Amino acid sequence: MTLAIKASGLAKAYGEVIALNGIDIEVEQGTVLGLLGPNGSGKTTTVRILATLLQADSGSASVGGFDVVTQSDEVRSVIGLTGQYAAVDEYLTGRENLELFGRLFHLSKFDAAKRATELLDRFDLSDAADRGIKGYSGGMRRRLDLAASLIGRPNVLFLDEPTTGLDPRSRQGMWSVIENLVSEGTTVLLTTQYLEEADQLANRIVVLDHGTVIAKGTSNELKSQVGGDRIEIVVESATDVARAADLIQEFGSAAASTEEVTKTILLPVAGGSTAIVNIVRKLDENKIAIADIALRRPTLDDVFLSLTGHATEDNEEISAPAKGRRGRKGRS
Amino acid sequence: MSTLTSQSVKEETAPRPRLGWLITDSIAVSRRHLLKITRVPESLFFALIQPVMFVLLFAFVFGGAIDVGPGGAQAYREYLIPGILAQTVMFAVAGITVGITEDASKGIMDRFRSLPMRPGAVLTGHTLASLLQNILVIMILSVTGFLVGWRINDGFSNAAIAYLMFASFAYAITWVGAWIGLHMPNSEVAGTAGLAWIFPFTFASNIFTPVATMPGWLQPFVLWNPVSCLALAARELFGNPTPLLGDSFPERYPVQLSFAYSLLLLAIFAPLAVRAFKTRNK
Repeated sequence: MTLAIKASGLAKAYGEVIALNGIDIEVEQGTVLGLLGPNGSGKTTTVRILATLLQADSGSASVGGFDVVTQSDEVRSVIGLTGQYAAVDEYLTGRENLELFGRLFHLSKFDAAKRATELLDRFDLSDAADRGIKGYSGGMRRRLDLAASLIGRPNVLFLDEPTTGLDPRSRQGMWSVIENLVSEGTTVLLTTQYLEEADQLANRIVVLDHGTVIAKGTSNELKSQVGGDRIEIVVESATDVARAADLIQEFGSAAASTEEVTKTILLPVAGGSTAIVNIVRKLDENKIAIADIALRRPTLDDVFLSLTGHATEDNEEISAPAKGRRGRKGRS
Repeated sequence: MSTLTSQSVKEETAPRPRLGWLITDSIAVSRRHLLKITRVPESLFFALIQPVMFVLLFAFVFGGAIDVGPGGAQAYREYLIPGILAQTVMFAVAGITVGITEDASKGIMDRFRSLPMRPGAVLTGHTLASLLQNILVIMILSVTGFLVGWRINDGFSNAAIAYLMFASFAYAITWVGAWIGLHMPNSEVAGTAGLAWIFPFTFASNIFTPVATMPGWLQPFVLWNPVSCLALAARELFGNPTPLLGDSFPERYPVQLSFAYSLLLLAIFAPLAVRAFKTRNK
């Protein structure tokens, strides 16, 4: 196992505010790590430290085998960075931007021009190549920005909320571009507030909150931490709710919860699909009409809420927005 | 695959001397700023309109009231133009202060910082582009001056030295602007702060009126003021009127002193600015 990114004990404070409180991260070569967390959880600070833009107060990190502090030049020659805002020059055209960054990557004039054309093609920007960025749509800017970060064919790519603010179609487009890069062997560290995005792209996920790692693992591992599948049954009549819950309890792996108002029963189960058949049969035998029945797998939303949405944190939330730290579920 | 790539990048980049990189990186960055001028030609237009207006106002409105010795209005116009050139070089500094502050707060700075370029090149490129714009403005102003009656009376080689002196001082003083710009929180503040220090240096000088007309307590400052030295040196080199106060050091050696000021400013503020750039947001 080769580690493309290794960080241990990273800490950073801005005056009184602690941005990172000693985090460890390891990303295997050729995989995608999703860094998940609400605003102000320390995602961007982590990326900035790893991309040599910021110096940690303590802890150490290496990217591509190079130390981010003592070998920052070497690190910069193997990484690409795409931030939350398109890091391109507004007044230049798409091509001029890419050629500029190519030259600053120390490609020859000819190679810089060639690489720019290649990337414009790949990101579907050929038609707009010689227009000023000012006229680009948000999605086009992000694509250009991603193209710019690929100028030096980086082994390690940092994507800091690459799809925040994009419409669903542009987001899908970004995702497929990222998936392609990964299939070519690029290691990606991706920060996101979108659980769906982490679910879709990341091999492993690290959940940050208040500058600390509060969970890590694959998407499935995290989901199983919250609990297994649940079956959600909505019955026709509110008076049946309690009786139905009793009848089907034998198929559950834990106690069912009921809600009379919505006529809903939630039953944690072990074997999802067989349980559904049994439940339908049982309720039918007992003449209880079912309005709706569905197998619910936990989403990362559930994971996130169960990890960070403890009641004990509610007190803190009153003061939190003033410091710009977090909303409970992140922006969705 | 990845180790291969990183090695090949290393092999490709390692033999290049760092100074060579600084030069090519600076050229790439200055090209960016020059392209920007062509995209927003208004910026150049307004950089020109102000000094041209000063020329016209002082040549035709205030000039008659200012006595620079024999020759009347014509003598004043010859006196005025080198002063206006010095003023223009000073005012251009405010532009780079705003430009640097604005640039430093944008996402593109993160892109620059994440590239294996020389960090100082972000500043040298910007200051070089600003120098080229300055030279263009000085040329156009010289033509304007010629049209209102200013003349070069002391030969080509002295005039060439004068222009070289303006260019070196323009480049050096730009670094002061860059250094200030890197300490400003936003471009609005940079706009006012960038001008605030320029006014006393520009107006407590001999650019519009001879030193003799000013109060005694102010005269030492005016005499040693780099802007006065620059204007006086240019008047000597162009063969324009130079009403002197006495025979103090700055009045005896204005050309040497102007070049010395340029060197001194560059030696102090270029390293300070590069350091401020490297530590900003760290």
